[in-house]
Amino acid sequence: MSTVATVGPRTAAGGFDLVRALKEAGLAAFVAFVLFVPLMGFQLVGQEGRLGLVYRPHWVVVGTVTVFLGHLAVSFLRAVRGPARRARGEAGPFARFFTVHARWFGVAAALVAFLLPFTPFGNRYVVDVATTVLIYVMLGWGLNIVVGLAGLLDLGYVAFYAVGAYSYALFAQWFGLGFWEALPIAGVLAALAGILLGFPVLRLRGDYLAIVTLGFGEIIRIVLLNWYDVTNGPDGISGIPRPTFFGLEFKRYSAEGTTFHQFFGIEYSSLHRVVFLYYLILILALITNWFVLRIRRLPIGRAWEALREDEIACKALGINPTNTKLTAFALGAMFGGFAGSFFATRQGFISPESFTFIESATILAIVVLGGMGSQIGVALAALVIVVLPELGREFEQFRMLLFGAAMVGIMVWRPRGLLAFREPTVRLHGRGEGEEAPR
Amino acid sequence: MLEVRDVHTHYGHIEALKGVSLDVRRGEIVTIIGANGAGKTTLLMTICGDPRASAGRILLDGEDITHLPTWEIVRRGVAHAPEGRRIFPRMTVLENLKMGATVDGERHFEEDVEQVFALFPRLRERLHQRGGTLSGGEQQMLAIGRALMARPRLLLLDEPSLGLAPNLVRQIFRAIVEINRTRGLTILLVEQNAYQALRIAHRGYVLATGEVVLQGTGRELLADPEVRAAYLEGGH
Ligand SMILES: Nc1ncnc2c1ncn2[C@@H]1O[C@H](COP(=O)(O)OP(=O)(O)O)[C@@H](O)[C@H]1O
Ligand SMILES: [Mg+2]
Repeated sequence: MSTVATVGPRTAAGGFDLVRALKEAGLAAFVAFVLFVPLMGFQLVGQEGRLGLVYRPHWVVVGTVTVFLGHLAVSFLRAVRGPARRARGEAGPFARFFTVHARWFGVAAALVAFLLPFTPFGNRYVVDVATTVLIYVMLGWGLNIVVGLAGLLDLGYVAFYAVGAYSYALFAQWFGLGFWEALPIAGVLAALAGILLGFPVLRLRGDYLAIVTLGFGEIIRIVLLNWYDVTNGPDGISGIPRPTFFGLEFKRYSAEGTTFHQFFGIEYSSLHRVVFLYYLILILALITNWFVLRIRRLPIGRAWEALREDEIACKALGINPTNTKLTAFALGAMFGGFAGSFFATRQGFISPESFTFIESATILAIVVLGGMGSQIGVALAALVIVVLPELGREFEQFRMLLFGAAMVGIMVWRPRGLLAFREPTVRLHGRGEGEEAPR
Repeated sequence: MLEVRDVHTHYGHIEALKGVSLDVRRGEIVTIIGANGAGKTTLLMTICGDPRASAGRILLDGEDITHLPTWEIVRRGVAHAPEGRRIFPRMTVLENLKMGATVDGERHFEEDVEQVFALFPRLRERLHQRGGTLSGGEQQMLAIGRALMARPRLLLLDEPSLGLAPNLVRQIFRAIVEINRTRGLTILLVEQNAYQALRIAHRGYVLATGEVVLQGTGRELLADPEVRAAYLEGGH
């Protein structure tokens, strides 16, 4: 495997080459120093109505020393433990156990998710964060079709999220459509946007594809910003209708009819809507998961994976790469659109601000960290990526540092993602060879 | 069954095929031999429509397939085991075979898998092994097996012996003969291992720098002094 070449300082017998490790750590510390002087060395403060600079040399020293020692520690660990097994692309016992029993972990996770609002931890804040996690889980699963299965690097996935969100917002505004009526329309429009993106990029691969999709994401955002008559530009769209429970609204009073709490004869609580939104996204996410798991076992899903592995072989086997790629783009985009509609109804307000490149990057990070194609891995990664910064709130300005450190850690120890293990999709009937552990 | 008529193929300005004509009749094994860079791979790829012939015609059972897209040609019964095997490395042996059955669908899958295993028993033991972890010989068996899964009329094989040990080469060639004899499958075999290829082929063509320079039955070509000098040095 080519990745072996990137493994750190090692002598032949797996010993620890101190001189080389010191040199490399020194280099890393120097780069860190250069970065930290402007980033951490100065602080802008207001002084008597003017801006002033405060110098903080100690932060630069602390940062640089941390990088130096950290680099040394990583080199040492690598030398002691040998090249990470996963760097060679093999499934470790953890990942394999997880994947072989994926179904049970999935069921258990879904159960926990279903019960969450009724557990003692299920307060408003937790349910709210869990809702955000589930949005990213769904987006991750959607993008997983394009990136994980079909192997098409898409840096503009947020575009479809935006199309879904604006579709719902605008259809609600113009035609008074409710969430459930607008949802399929949003999905179809996002899928069309996916095909629109797909056509020009069909011949591109790797870096080139990534750049064009990145541009596509920005184009959509800039159109939303500047098409003022339709999208209300940077001011965004507010007053987006909230979802209803079979027509029942989540309000204290309603002029038009009974509300949710009146119908069920329970006391009004603003928590009802939060919990309802949570279940809504949970169900949408589970549908996405079910869909992806099913389609992986269908010819089209297998064709995506085959295309990721070898396009020439695919053509030789009679697969039409054009259609195969377009369906991947379209279906991936469709789920992005569904998630976007949900986002719009949850927030009640959307603006182009919510659909910047950083969103695409986050979703892509979830797919990559999750292990490119592994459904549970993606869910796990979404949990890590959303919850980690939340946990870090107490550390204020250091939370992004914490976040970055965690990302680096994952890439060092699990360079192929948390769960990079692919479950085979074909079994033979009869002849009880189905129990055999896949390799 | 297959008629190639004065086909030219270009890569940009480079003319890789300079008017190649050949025939493959039903039930035959026809081999194309030639040195590295002669255009053998290009010829097989052109038959599959990728790259497309810039001039000339290719007919399959009388139908002009010159301008059809690759997957349409494959759907008409031309299976191609491309140069370098091109196994899907992360997919299992069984999944690779399933991909081979793309144009045939589900109908005969298990039956055809059994036939592939009968031909290459070693694949049966490696049913759920990932393609990328197979040995070179096993990968070649899988590549041929995968091509057979499409139930083709015409099988195109591109250097199946490449990089294999002599006993494996013999095994692969035996399998090719068996496919041809028992199923009557027509085979167009590209080889650098001229001796082995000519021994099993009914007829052969010698390709040099994009042109057919010699043709004849396998036996004739084996006996031809030019062929012996250029391609059978060392006599194996
Ligand atoms: N994709 C390509 N782009 C440009 N030139 C190519 C390409 N593929 C093959 N060629 C050129 O076409 C000629 C024939 O190559 P090829 O068909 O691979 O020969 P063979 O299979 O007989 O070794 C060579 O000169 C080769 O360099
Ligand atoms: Mg070749």
